[in-house]
Amino acid sequence: MKLTTRLLRTGLAATASLVLAATATAADIEPAVVFDMGGKFDKSFNQGVYDGAERFKNETGLKYREFEVTNEAQREQALRRMAQRGADPVLGIGFAQAPALEKVAKEFPDVRFAIIDMVVDLPNVRSIVFKEHEGSFLVGALAALASESGKVGFVGGMDIPLIRRFACGYEQGAKHVNPDADVIQNMTGTTPAAWNDPGRGGELTKSQFERGVDVVYAAAGGTGVGVYQAAKDAGKLAIGVDSNQNYLHPGTMLTSMLKRVDVAAYNVFMDAKNDEFTAGIQVLGLAEEGVGWAIDEHNESMITGEMKAKVDELSEMIKSGDLTVHDYTSDNTCKVAG
Amino acid sequence: MDSLLNAQTVLSTLDATLRVSTPLILCAMAGLFSERSGIIDISLEGKMLFAAFAAGAVAAVTGSPWLALAAGMLISTVLSLLHGFACITTRGDQVVSGLAINVLASGLTIVLGIAWFSQGGQTPALASDARFMPLELPFIEQIGNLPFIGPFLEIVISGHNLLVYVALIAVPITWWVVYKTRFGLRLRAVGENPLAVDTAGISVSLLRYKAVVIAGVLCGIAGTYLAIAQNAAFAREMTAGQGYIALAAMIFGKWRPVPALLACLMFGFLDAVAIRLQGVPLPGIGEVPVQLIQALPYLLTVILLAGFIGKAVAPKAIGVPFAKER
Repeated sequence: MKLTTRLLRTGLAATASLVLAATATAADIEPAVVFDMGGKFDKSFNQGVYDGAERFKNETGLKYREFEVTNEAQREQALRRMAQRGADPVLGIGFAQAPALEKVAKEFPDVRFAIIDMVVDLPNVRSIVFKEHEGSFLVGALAALASESGKVGFVGGMDIPLIRRFACGYEQGAKHVNPDADVIQNMTGTTPAAWNDPGRGGELTKSQFERGVDVVYAAAGGTGVGVYQAAKDAGKLAIGVDSNQNYLHPGTMLTSMLKRVDVAAYNVFMDAKNDEFTAGIQVLGLAEEGVGWAIDEHNESMITGEMKAKVDELSEMIKSGDLTVHDYTSDNTCKVAG
Repeated sequence: MDSLLNAQTVLSTLDATLRVSTPLILCAMAGLFSERSGIIDISLEGKMLFAAFAAGAVAAVTGSPWLALAAGMLISTVLSLLHGFACITTRGDQVVSGLAINVLASGLTIVLGIAWFSQGGQTPALASDARFMPLELPFIEQIGNLPFIGPFLEIVISGHNLLVYVALIAVPITWWVVYKTRFGLRLRAVGENPLAVDTAGISVSLLRYKAVVIAGVLCGIAGTYLAIAQNAAFAREMTAGQGYIALAAMIFGKWRPVPALLACLMFGFLDAVAIRLQGVPLPGIGEVPVQLIQALPYLLTVILLAGFIGKAVAPKAIGVPFAKER
């Protein structure tokens, strides 16, 4: 009896490792993505990943597994479950998944993992981080150019260094084109619930408008929806984030700071499929076209030729290295060269 | 920071106070009716959440804020009747029943939202004509020119949507119903001594059912406000604990309408102040950490509850199911 169970177990283990080996080499990979709080349809960060994953699915016909984390304890479970079921590569979304992903990646050294927005230094993990401060610098400049009052606003989601990096880049951009510009900043909260609190986002935005702000930039996941609605109701301008959000309220959305998480997610899946997956750190900035600003049919009438020329000029300067944007997370302070 | 204390800032803070307090006021009045009749109602949160979902969904499909309001009130009343059936007819535990409704609302709204709209539990964003939009009071521009009182009326009182005014009117009506009508007298009696009410030949069950239905309607209005007046869509868990805060405000106000209103306004005011203080350096103190500002309403609540308002005495028969002697 004992012998049979043992045989059975070894047999199972052997099959399992065979299956694993097969998935790791064959072209028919089974990728998985674990979305974070805020949800797949936050019209922003997570949705960008979703778009990238959908593009992969449409182009290759390969299905992917997915999970939406709705409370913090689920991150590790979800990642482990994906790896156990033979998913490869497993993509974790958001800085908050880093500790969970690190733990699970150590347990499954043969499975390829990737994480966006945080660095996990392991041989089987690709870490993708963005230079959000560069993209935010450009939209900050644009905000200051579009503002009539000289006051521009920023609404962040959860108060973390990553979001401070957005805020700091934005402030530098605004002050670069208008040294007298006033940048009013608010954070929605200090818990992950701050990524999905449109009511509070709207109230913060209204309070900024009362203080004279006429262009507001939200880096707040699903909370941004409330920010843009408040801007539309008050007839002011707003700037979207991560995905191109210009279509949400044409006439209100000045532009969107693009963070090409869709491309990053797509590349993770595609590289794994083509056996070109590399571990290590990828830093995507303006030069790598990992960040940028959006101009399309919804906002082109609001961007004057002068504004576009100025922002393009700044963009070239950053790409060539003539202008460096200070990164908040490098020393946890925001130095604004006035 | 001179801009912090000028009249404009004070008035706009008060303006925001009314916007933030509205769902609290409606829920507190709902809780008051229910608890005065002897039924503990911790399901304010769940009823408001489900009403918000129903209103958001109906407004998205039909484009009518009025149908959305009706749907919100209907679904909330149905949940109230469920609570009533559990607590009054089957004499179940009132806290357990309330909690069950909260859990049900939290899960079911997301599941239905994903199934119907495929937007991760949200309902589609609404156009302006599917929402309750801000109303300007008549002659407000002329009134606004009056000294002192003019700007107050123009900025703080005018320019809200209909449901804010409904909430404000609900308070005197609640006071009148509870203290000046026969129904109110019986309502208060049934919460204190249901046996006496029963002896007088009045149905305890019917009275309590009436009370929970009123609570359901008021919660429905609060949920509708969240989804289609304050915001332009339902988002999952959008009530964010406001039902519990309303319950606390009602206890804070010792189960009386006007003190409960003041407690709601105080919570709303603290929230509005917290939003405005963020990132603003205070004279002599410097910039206050965000975390402290956000904890401020809760800290003050604890302090005030512990030391300043005195003993809050609940209706005597609260939480006790009434068994008619046979």
